Amino acid sequence: MIWPIASAELLPLFSYLYELLESTGLPQPWLAVVVYTFLAALVFGVLSLLALFLVWWERKIAAHIQQRFGPMRHGWHGWYQTIMDAVKLLQKEDIRVATRDKTVFFWAPVVCFVAAFLAYVTIPFGEGLIVADLNIGILYIMAVTTFTVISLLMAGWGSNNKYALLGGMRSAAQVVSYEVPMVASILVVVLFVGSLSMVDIVQAQAGGIWNWYIFRLPYGPIAFCTYIIAATAEANRTPFDIPEAEQELVAGFNVEYSGMKFAMFFLAEFVNAFTVSAIAVILFFGGWHGALLPSWMWFLGKTFGIVLLLMLFRWTYPRLRVDQLMEFSWKFLVPVTFANIIIAAWFKYAGWYW
Amino acid sequence: MTLDLVIFLISSVVAVFGATMMITQRNPIASVLFMILSLLAQAVLYIQLGALFMGAVLVIVYAGAILVLFLFVIMLLNLRGRESLGQPSPPISLTVKYALAVLFVLELIMVVKSSFSSDVFADAGNPGVMVMQTDNFGAVNDVAVLLFQRYLYPFELTSILLLVAIVGAVILAQRSRDDDGPVDAASSGESEGKAAE
Amino acid sequence: MIPISAYLVVAAVLFGIGTVGVLTSRNLIIVFMSVELMLNAGNLVLIAFSRALNVLDGHVFVFLVLTVAAAEAAVGLAMLITLYRNRETVNIDRFDLLKW
Repeated sequence: MIWPIASAELLPLFSYLYELLESTGLPQPWLAVVVYTFLAALVFGVLSLLALFLVWWERKIAAHIQQRFGPMRHGWHGWYQTIMDAVKLLQKEDIRVATRDKTVFFWAPVVCFVAAFLAYVTIPFGEGLIVADLNIGILYIMAVTTFTVISLLMAGWGSNNKYALLGGMRSAAQVVSYEVPMVASILVVVLFVGSLSMVDIVQAQAGGIWNWYIFRLPYGPIAFCTYIIAATAEANRTPFDIPEAEQELVAGFNVEYSGMKFAMFFLAEFVNAFTVSAIAVILFFGGWHGALLPSWMWFLGKTFGIVLLLMLFRWTYPRLRVDQLMEFSWKFLVPVTFANIIIAAWFKYAGWYW
Repeated sequence: MTLDLVIFLISSVVAVFGATMMITQRNPIASVLFMILSLLAQAVLYIQLGALFMGAVLVIVYAGAILVLFLFVIMLLNLRGRESLGQPSPPISLTVKYALAVLFVLELIMVVKSSFSSDVFADAGNPGVMVMQTDNFGAVNDVAVLLFQRYLYPFELTSILLLVAIVGAVILAQRSRDDDGPVDAASSGESEGKAAE
Repeated sequence: MIPISAYLVVAAVLFGIGTVGVLTSRNLIIVFMSVELMLNAGNLVLIAFSRALNVLDGHVFVFLVLTVAAAEAAVGLAMLITLYRNRETVNIDRFDLLKW
């Protein structure tokens, strides 16, 4: 019995490892377990490095927008500043509030961290660079990212602090509201591809820049705009960062966390930002497709472009109030995305797409 | 011992453990979190049975909406364990409850025993229950075709049911304007109706 | 290969735990979640039989049951909030009046 759900799309390095292990005579299902464990470790390592890089990049961009230099001490323009920060956070004392709910307080950062990384099972980093091409790809990502909300609620409750609790409850309300327009914008693309699989979605945009869904007028750009707004809210980033609004809630749900637990929340936040950008690239910007350069470079380049967009949002827009945030989602985004689905369905039905 | 069996055993034990902890916890928050654990394990069982799509939907609907709503309400009402239960229950009601529960557990043991001893389901097909690479059972397209063709009317009826539930939730949880109580209660009704979508 | 009956036993145990929860718990929220657990045990049976008989109708039923569960949670929690507002308790044995 062949157990791996998709062993065909694996990187060359990985198939070499597979053959090496096969020669030792390990039986089939356990072989798959070993190989997938290795793959999980690899994805985890790459993403941790990416997140460290994103933290540094965000600090530089913020600094330059505010006419500062940002970190300059460690290496060229402070390039290993975040590594030093991570080492510092590892060494710091793990302060635990006496009145906390012990188990909930402990598990909240773990759930947040794991949920952030689980999405990468179905994200293709390049042609054939995907862990498993599930046939429910994008739906799977929607399912695992919901655990972020639960972890924020757990952090808010477990800290036994009113600011943390407020942050957690705000984030629950916000993420649940913005999930509706986010899924509705994704549906427009899924409607045209006819499949939920990430590889199928990227393959449908092959053959030139005009096949990207962002250029499918009029519904493509609308879907992208609504998606990127909802995704910013999902990732709790600044125009929508009321869960951790520093000026009103100290630091929101993670106010009582310190040391490594705080670092886990912090890293998960940047991994989430990268995830939503990667999904935007896969859905609207043709994924790994591009000329001359290898496919993974195109994918990473496009994703960094979207991350840059999110960072510019963060440092140029003021924060929304809670009621404005809710009204924006339910009274503007939801009607627009639903109307957009109807327009797209009409185009599909009439056969006007190219 | 195949990998199938290992996965089945782990996930079923976790599902039962989570459910047991859910009904025995004093703190409602812990109870909801154990329910989420149990549902995750059940989603693994779904995926093992080839229902990839339904497994994902289960996680999205329960972990993403229903149980978040539970957490939200518990935090909103600030229910902490014993003190929110007030005075103890009348003894007669307690006796009846526990007697019924014991009877039901006995009945359950009989069911489990008989299904282990008899071969009723042994020849009811019994295909491989693990998702296989080439096996397209439970693919989204097939479920969608069935849902939008043979079961179109039930599907439309559930959408009306959801609409009724949203309106009902808003009306029930809304308090009148001149009533001066905690302000957050009125807004909670709104978010509930929304989350139910 | 795992026989289908193994899944049915798991579903039966989950259903039993749900029933015991409904019968013994004093907290309305836990009673509510036990009902959800019983619905899910039913869903597991539907999925298992769907696999054994190689038809997809069971998946559609699960879909409909999930919708009903979502509607039930929305209305039920709204009722819970209203009850708590009036009685200041979620003890199910305290709700023994038809009108107050």
